[in-house]
Amino acid sequence: MSTIMNIVEKFEESRDSAAPTSTDSDQGYQTVGEYSVAKPRICCRGVNVFYGEKQALFDINLDIGQREVIALIGPSGCGKSTFLRCLNRMNDIIEGCRVEGDIRLDGQDIYSKELDPVVLRARVGMVFQKPNPFPKSIYDNVAYGPRIHGLASNRTELDDIVETSLKRAGLWKEVRDRLDHPATGLSGGQQQRLCIARTIAVGPEVVLMDEPCSALDPIATATIEQLIDELRERYTIVIVTHSMQQAARVSQRTAYFHLGKLIEVGDTSRIFTNPRHPLTEDYITGRFG
Amino acid sequence: MNSDAPQTLDIVQAGLAKRRRRETRFRWYGRTAILLAMTFLALLLANILGRGFSAFQQTYIALDVYLPPGELSPPTPQHLAKVDFEGLIKQTLRRSFPDVRKRRQKRALYRLVSSGSAYELRDWVMEHPEQIGKTVTVWLPAGADVDMYMKGSVDTSVPEAQRRLKDYQIHWLERLKREQRLALRFNKIFFLNGDSREPEQAGILVALKGSLYMMIVTLALSFPLGIAAAIYLEEFAPKKNFWVDMIEININNLAAVPSIVFGLLGLAVFLGYFGLPRSTPLVGGLTLTLMTLPTVIIASRAALTAVPPSIREAALGIGASRMQTVFHHVLPLAMPGMLTGAIIGMARALGETAPLLMIGMVAFIVDPPQGFLDPATALPVQIYLWADSPERGFVERTSAAIIVLLVFLGLMNLLAVLLRRRLERRW
Repeated sequence: MSTIMNIVEKFEESRDSAAPTSTDSDQGYQTVGEYSVAKPRICCRGVNVFYGEKQALFDINLDIGQREVIALIGPSGCGKSTFLRCLNRMNDIIEGCRVEGDIRLDGQDIYSKELDPVVLRARVGMVFQKPNPFPKSIYDNVAYGPRIHGLASNRTELDDIVETSLKRAGLWKEVRDRLDHPATGLSGGQQQRLCIARTIAVGPEVVLMDEPCSALDPIATATIEQLIDELRERYTIVIVTHSMQQAARVSQRTAYFHLGKLIEVGDTSRIFTNPRHPLTEDYITGRFG
Repeated sequence: MNSDAPQTLDIVQAGLAKRRRRETRFRWYGRTAILLAMTFLALLLANILGRGFSAFQQTYIALDVYLPPGELSPPTPQHLAKVDFEGLIKQTLRRSFPDVRKRRQKRALYRLVSSGSAYELRDWVMEHPEQIGKTVTVWLPAGADVDMYMKGSVDTSVPEAQRRLKDYQIHWLERLKREQRLALRFNKIFFLNGDSREPEQAGILVALKGSLYMMIVTLALSFPLGIAAAIYLEEFAPKKNFWVDMIEININNLAAVPSIVFGLLGLAVFLGYFGLPRSTPLVGGLTLTLMTLPTVIIASRAALTAVPPSIREAALGIGASRMQTVFHHVLPLAMPGMLTGAIIGMARALGETAPLLMIGMVAFIVDPPQGFLDPATALPVQIYLWADSPERGFVERTSAAIIVLLVFLGLMNLLAVLLRRRLERRW
């Protein structure tokens, strides 16, 4: 540990003094790299998460910028999914899960009592690891979100939303003739794109993706990655991935998590070419994880 | 390592025969168990069907009855209700067998037709008033002894003194048979009458209607209550909470409580405290609801747990509230399982006797109930009542009622299967 601290200290000395760094905390570690950005969409400070007695995340400080793709990488069980689920309060439904700290979406505390998680989740959408379409028709899957939020006042508007969403998710051409078919009949990759369409149909600002390609074959993965690149024009995307190649391909910034701590964060190209923290280096060079 | 490999293989090979033997033996245990179970089932069904099937037929006697116009007019219901149709039938019988003089033989002669024949004849006259004044051939239900004789249940090798049917009666019957005045017909009395002291007049309509009304009450109460309780416990109640745990344990224990205890509870609460009328389908249904509720809750919870959590996450993830998640996605997926659980619970309630004995549904009731507050019995209770009667006619009716009950149980299970298939196909 002392060597790590030495390196961190050395690094601290060598940095530009204007860049903010995390303050010393109880856990006594500092995130390497620039965790803050100029105009953050989401701003997390001192986030601790507990599952019962067990602490899963330690003092996370991280900003997520506008219209960027940020990749969360790290070995299994390092807390990256837990962190992701903090951002739209999906941890609320897990019994015994407690979130401390400050998470702000456009300056608003998302854990404040005034903010209904329903509203938050409409603004911060989520795509899950395994494609999980509703056992309904393709149309109903995409239309469900707009329907419950009352985003469309009539059938034509709803049709428009469904069409736009499917087009943005790159699925329109494949399903336009069979919108009334069951969604479960689609292939895995198509199902995942349908889930993306379902998420963006609500018109979120941020899209969280929890290993969206881990259940897909390489071709479907390539399609999704291309899609993520296109979605970046409209949405902020936070993606958890186990594939470093994927992180390198789709993201502008990368955050490396290790045992519940945010070890290093920075521009993706910099992280992969010049990791500053030895743990990061070990991970991306494949020495462990 | 190289020297080890063949050794390992040898050990595996040596144990392989033993393993295979064990597997074969286990397979045979299973087959024997199934064979045994099937044998008992076949025996049960054969026994019940063999004894009960004859009850679906009833012997009818054709009598040439003269309908005297003086007594019978005007043919209004009020007037016909006062007419002595029994006397008419007796008169006809005496005319048909003019050589019968002795008092005891005359009485035996009257017993050839059922005591309910007078009502049958009255109904017939009401339907055919134009026949008054003529002599008409009417088929009337025969007495129980005649019925048994026609169905071959009377052993003529037994000495006459020990028989209910004496030799002279058998002569009459043989004569009637030769004249083709005796016939077995479909026994509609069995389905249209209530209980009776005379086996040939006894039917299951009261029990059927009583069971039906009770099932309506039970279904209407236990299904929504059970589903609501299951949804709350599974989806909304805090987990790892002391009180929730206590409720769960209690529900699981209640499902295993002997049903007669629920009968006592029903007696104390519904009859004793609330003062609801005794022997009514309403009270029976309420008591059976108490009994069925734990089963429905457990089955519904199992169905809810079986819904993949990814569906919940998907709905919550796009901003559905908890209630929307449950009612739009989880509940439709869990519905087939819930329905199956409910119907199986209902089937159990339909066959339940013990709690009904406690709330006075074991009663001799002749008039079919017109609603939930009229006295009634239930099918299993009727079976219990008839099984107590020694007459041969009741023995076959007991088995026939069991057949009807089994048919209903089968239909309910079929309904469960069909509903599940149908609902599952939708998505």
